[in-house]
Amino acid sequence: MPNKKLGLIVNPIAGLGGKVGLKGTDGEAIIKRAIKLRATAVSPTRALEALRTLTYARNEFELVTYPFEMGQDVAEKCCLNSKIIGSIVKGKTTATDTKNAARDMMKLGVDLILFSGGDGTARDICEVIGGEVPVLGIPAGVKMHSAVFAINPKKAAELAISFLRGEASLREAEVMDIDEDAFRKKNKVVARLYGYLQVPYEKSLVQPIKIGSSTTMDEKSNQEAIAEYIVERMEDDCYYILCPGTTVKAIADKLGFKKTLLGVDIVKKRRMIAMDVNEEKLLKLIEGEKAKIVVSPIGGQGFIFGRGNQQISPQVIKKVGIDNIIILATENKLHSIGPGKPLLVDTGDDEINKQLSGYKRVVTGYNKEVIWKVSA
Amino acid sequence: MKNKGTTTYHAVRWREPIIYELGRKGRRGFMIPKVEPEIKAVARDAVLSIPDKMRRKTPPEWPELSEPEVVRHFIRLSQQTFGVDSGINVGVGTCTMKYNPKVNEALARSPGITGLHPLQDESTVQGILEIIYKLQEWLCEISGMDKFSFQPRGGAHAVFTNACIIRAFHKYNGELDQRDEIITTVVSHPCNAAAPASAGFKIVTLYPDEKTGCINVEALKAAVSKRTAGMMITNPYDTGIFDSNIIEYINIIHEAGGLVAIDQANANCLLGRVRIGDVGADLCHFNLHKSFSTPHGSCGPGSAPVGVKEEFAKFLPIPTVEFDGSKYYLDYDRPHSIGKVAEFHGVAQNVVRAYAWILTMGAEGLRETSEVAVLNNNYLLKKLLEIRGVSLPWGKSRPFRMQDVRLSLEKLKEETGIRIDDVNRRIVDFGVQRCFTSHEPWIVPEPFTPEPTESASKEDLDRFAEIFSRISTEAYTNPEKIKNAPHNCAISRVNLNPSSDPKKWAMTWRSYIKKHG
Repeated sequence: MPNKKLGLIVNPIAGLGGKVGLKGTDGEAIIKRAIKLRATAVSPTRALEALRTLTYARNEFELVTYPFEMGQDVAEKCCLNSKIIGSIVKGKTTATDTKNAARDMMKLGVDLILFSGGDGTARDICEVIGGEVPVLGIPAGVKMHSAVFAINPKKAAELAISFLRGEASLREAEVMDIDEDAFRKKNKVVARLYGYLQVPYEKSLVQPIKIGSSTTMDEKSNQEAIAEYIVERMEDDCYYILCPGTTVKAIADKLGFKKTLLGVDIVKKRRMIAMDVNEEKLLKLIEGEKAKIVVSPIGGQGFIFGRGNQQISPQVIKKVGIDNIIILATENKLHSIGPGKPLLVDTGDDEINKQLSGYKRVVTGYNKEVIWKVSA
Repeated sequence: MKNKGTTTYHAVRWREPIIYELGRKGRRGFMIPKVEPEIKAVARDAVLSIPDKMRRKTPPEWPELSEPEVVRHFIRLSQQTFGVDSGINVGVGTCTMKYNPKVNEALARSPGITGLHPLQDESTVQGILEIIYKLQEWLCEISGMDKFSFQPRGGAHAVFTNACIIRAFHKYNGELDQRDEIITTVVSHPCNAAAPASAGFKIVTLYPDEKTGCINVEALKAAVSKRTAGMMITNPYDTGIFDSNIIEYINIIHEAGGLVAIDQANANCLLGRVRIGDVGADLCHFNLHKSFSTPHGSCGPGSAPVGVKEEFAKFLPIPTVEFDGSKYYLDYDRPHSIGKVAEFHGVAQNVVRAYAWILTMGAEGLRETSEVAVLNNNYLLKKLLEIRGVSLPWGKSRPFRMQDVRLSLEKLKEETGIRIDDVNRRIVDFGVQRCFTSHEPWIVPEPFTPEPTESASKEDLDRFAEIFSRISTEAYTNPEKIKNAPHNCAISRVNLNPSSDPKKWAMTWRSYIKKHG
């Protein structure tokens, strides 16, 4: 028997609203409308594509999945033996089923949960398991602002195998979701950060002999190096506005306090002076004071402003000043956004967006910066 | 694979233990005769001249073997290795693995050279000083620089030396506190970031534009400030792209008050074509073990002379080799020098090899070297691009390169699951050197970087492309064969993980014992 367990959760209705222009599939009424619009189920097809790739390593893991359309069906189509757990009402799956599946798989001690879905599915899984079990998303949703998805189903399968073989490392990745209702009615993107999942990533292919120590620097040590650099240079008369994001979190770790996971915290003289502040409080605090915003790109697309940190409003940015924004990102993170692809801003203020755009400095390590393009 | 003149390949496989596991206690290769009493009386015990604190109390734990055992061991190891002299070596780009003529080797190993000692009196080493001096003059002619030092032992060492010169320059001008940033590019050799970082600088890295493979001038402008100490880049880049905006970069950096140091590790395509000093660079270095035909030495005796414009000559390491019209001498009286970056004056044997190589080639020969190296590279590039699964990242609109080319097997990996690592384990089955991937493998997926140099014949290039094509076909039809490779080599599969894990890697037997018990 293989000693690795791979969990598979297919959210069968994920992605249903996409092609028929429904901007998401959260809520029963929308699902009904989507079906009425003859929307086709995207998620099972995507899961099938990933599973077909997985078959070449079929002897290396035991597949654990939920009944019928939540995994069993696609596994059978690929002739993959699988252990079926839990129970669902066929054709009527809900978010609760996703959560149950994640919980059951965690209890069974699976090594990795592979799920097919979108931001909503990622949120449901994150709510139940947090960072307990590594998770990887097969991109199948309408909204995919989270950083937990592989680029395509095939890559998801390859990465899953690499991880089970011990050839990939883990990093914390953001789970984001937007308010679908607001998006539909006002066409306004309000993305929120819901938490973090442990997601595998492939260590870069490196020639150890020629490159030496950098091969062993994982995401965490790189984040620590950035934090060390920032903390060392902190000025006593300056407020540091720490935005959400794992890279910024490393600064709080370095200073020895727990950062609000999803909120904006303020540091002065290396001490936390306010936690989880909103825009109003932020503006009041920095009025007439020297302040710097410390921000890192969030989610898969690389947004620095406008996704998950709406507290940092155009007013806040104006008050702090464009030159007092410190962007942090490990090189690995920049490369995952893609070479040649810019970091993004969407503050809701065209003038501010314009000022934020162009070639900007990004702190990538201790005494290390890169020049990267920022676009609105 | 029925090419006329090509051979099939199967490596010798010895399963040779490491030398510490061979031999027997007390065994000796040969015995040194006892010193005669008369000599002993005059010279006394040599060991006593070593300070007591430094003298070993117990003998070192060396392997103890007979002479035939030693010879057999190293012959076997040599039979299991692969090099320029045993097969086609066009895959190891950025390294310029050209063939090194044996006549130069013979000169370097002649007793007149091997018998020299760096502490000899100047009057007794006029010959080697003359060679160093003249090679320096030739390198000035080739690069457009004004003075060279041969002290640095390798490329990164030379880049470090140049970083120290930049530091000394700004200190001399009282601006060092303000100027603490070195700008580089991600497609330069990584030592252009690492070495100035070791010299205390902060590093700002630029990424190339995907379309052109060159740096965007706007990005450089965003990087430049009053903190700029200088720019240290390789040109052509490791991608084989020559950044033709170089003059504009140099102007921007100079206007900001910084210096420009060009790493000429990839100069094998520039000899007799581009003089980097003429386009405004302040500092540069060559790798004699690349462009000038001296052996790489596997991290051993490399040589990377640093060249500077007259204005910066006073900062060069001491001593410099000078000529007063009648004799050559060493000049230590240089108050602004950065000091020594290594012992003595450089690796004399490599200076001799490079001197002899340039002498045999002549100015026209150097020009032709670069011409053929670039032609060879573009011929191979074209052939490789015809192979399924191979693609050219960056600067696609102009599919020509200089001395080497960075290619990608991303498509092959996506379509077959075969990666460059797999291909490298298969390619050695054909008696061909594996491909170098990339110094920055994270920015181009599944990279590989061939560099044929001028040494490869058309038959070599055809054979290499043919082998590559065969491996591509295998990837699409029988990928398992590649996954299980190599099949014809001395060692089947090497687990590279321990060599990238500081808890497990070991450079010496003692540290191996310590880490692995």
